[in-house]
Amino acid sequence: MTSYISGRLGQALLIALIISLVTFLLLFVAKDPARALASPEATAEEIAALRRGLGLDQPLYVQYGRWLAGVVRGDFGVSLYSRQPVTALLPARIRASAQLAGSAIFLVTIIGIPLGILAAVYRGTIIDTVVTALAVAGQAMPIFWLGLMLVIVFSVQLGWLPVSGRGTWQHVVLPAVTLGYSVLPLTMRLTRSSMLEVLAQDYIRTAHAKGLQRRRVYLKHALRNSATPIILALGLQFGALLGGAVVTETVFAYPGIGELAVIAVTTADLPVVQAIVLFAASVVIVANLLADVLAAVVDPRVRY
Amino acid sequence: MRRFRSRSGRVGLVGFVFILLVAVTAPLLAPHDPQEQAIVYRLRPPAWMTQGSSEFVLGTDQLGRDTLSRLIYGARISLLVGGAAVLGAGVVGVLLGLIAGYFGGRIDYAISTLINAAWSFPFILLALIIVAVLGSSVTNLIIALIATSWASFARIVRGEVISLRDREYIDAARALGAPVVLIIAKHILPNVLSSILVMASIEFARAILRESFLSFLGLGVPPSVPSWGGMLSEGRSYIFSHWWLVTLPGIAIFVTSLSINLLGDGLRDAFDPRLRR
Repeated sequence: MTSYISGRLGQALLIALIISLVTFLLLFVAKDPARALASPEATAEEIAALRRGLGLDQPLYVQYGRWLAGVVRGDFGVSLYSRQPVTALLPARIRASAQLAGSAIFLVTIIGIPLGILAAVYRGTIIDTVVTALAVAGQAMPIFWLGLMLVIVFSVQLGWLPVSGRGTWQHVVLPAVTLGYSVLPLTMRLTRSSMLEVLAQDYIRTAHAKGLQRRRVYLKHALRNSATPIILALGLQFGALLGGAVVTETVFAYPGIGELAVIAVTTADLPVVQAIVLFAASVVIVANLLADVLAAVVDPRVRY
Repeated sequence: MRRFRSRSGRVGLVGFVFILLVAVTAPLLAPHDPQEQAIVYRLRPPAWMTQGSSEFVLGTDQLGRDTLSRLIYGARISLLVGGAAVLGAGVVGVLLGLIAGYFGGRIDYAISTLINAAWSFPFILLALIIVAVLGSSVTNLIIALIATSWASFARIVRGEVISLRDREYIDAARALGAPVVLIIAKHILPNVLSSILVMASIEFARAILRESFLSFLGLGVPPSVPSWGGMLSEGRSYIFSHWWLVTLPGIAIFVTSLSINLLGDGLRDAFDPRLRR
């Protein structure tokens, strides 16, 4: 078990390294931050001086090595635009995104899982059809468009909720619904199929035969046994959730890490992009790793 | 192929063929030139609203361009970009998946690490970076989409090949001295083809959604080319007064991706009845 975990950990570190290197190479090769930063009438000498000042005249491997050494010490460099240290720029953004993601996951849990259970329990009925249709439609929905439609209805027509920004709880509602809808279909489908599998087991028939209340059978006997695959698969959805956050935050001008990513990429703010990519990838890697390890603990066959 | 039984699958097929026909015959169907600007006719509402006219059935945009014609031409970009991206990602992913699964060992470790790296890289960030670096054009958009979806193909093909490579008929082919390329092409590839097709439909729909978002951010196709994502992006400034400008292109994206998803579900059921649930 230990060797399995350490092997996976080693691969996770390798993956983080590859991702940071790819990002570095892509942005380094094509963008010249010095030119973007300098004023339009700056001379070639001024741009060269700026490049020296930022350390951009050094060879690629020196720059990457210096960046990597900084990261190990917890120093992610300075934003080329705001001139603030990246470590000062990110925490507030991460908090905002975490609040958004947390609200979205909460909505998905209280809506998606009960709907999935209902669809499984009432398999083949109209309830099942409606839930399945909702899931199929959700998978095809461009979520940035859904966000805009929600704005039209709830902000423009009804005037109930603010169009964009952050501050009160009202600001979180529409973005959270939008982001939540990006992972809702999978949650409903998984809950449904996982429940169906469990409901076909002998011990469920036994529980019914014992004369237990239906509610008790479904919630206590069935849901508990189908929970593990649901949780594992949801852990793997972190990447999708992060991608969804980029989309959602852009539509609602919500000051989270996704919105910052779009700004940083379009302005070639290399240190900020690097930090965000590394952060996002780490979240996904850790979530995947935990899911893998948990799966290996539950099911020894996974290790082979 | 077995009979295409599922009703939703057939609905998807009809929808997809319809959109494909619209894209192919766009010059015949479109009532106006999608690029033609007429400021006097700008921001006309659709025909069923007051002040709407039958000349512009779905109204006009802020430059007086006909919305219906732009929607019709937009189908071309969506299908072209999505199709090319799936084709490219499929070729790259299937090839790597076959190699990793068949040879195993260090080659597998290297390719698996790459697959996991691609899966851990939030697709939208990767696509953003690639398009921001290469510049926005149709080709670069396709490259970005390939980079974000090849790993899905590689992962599923690798898994299937691993389960196939030690079968007796593969051993027999090996014992008879069949070259590796022949074994892979003739004995393994046909057995993973159905999974590849199903994955292709999922990724096709995904590519269309991603293309529309990148175009929405202004990182997709150039603004002059009519695309659904681009129309959404431009219409966004008029969301308070002219809601149909953002509503209509979104419906087009939704219907297209829904049709392809339904078609994919139908294919999966036709190939593997055990998966039906």
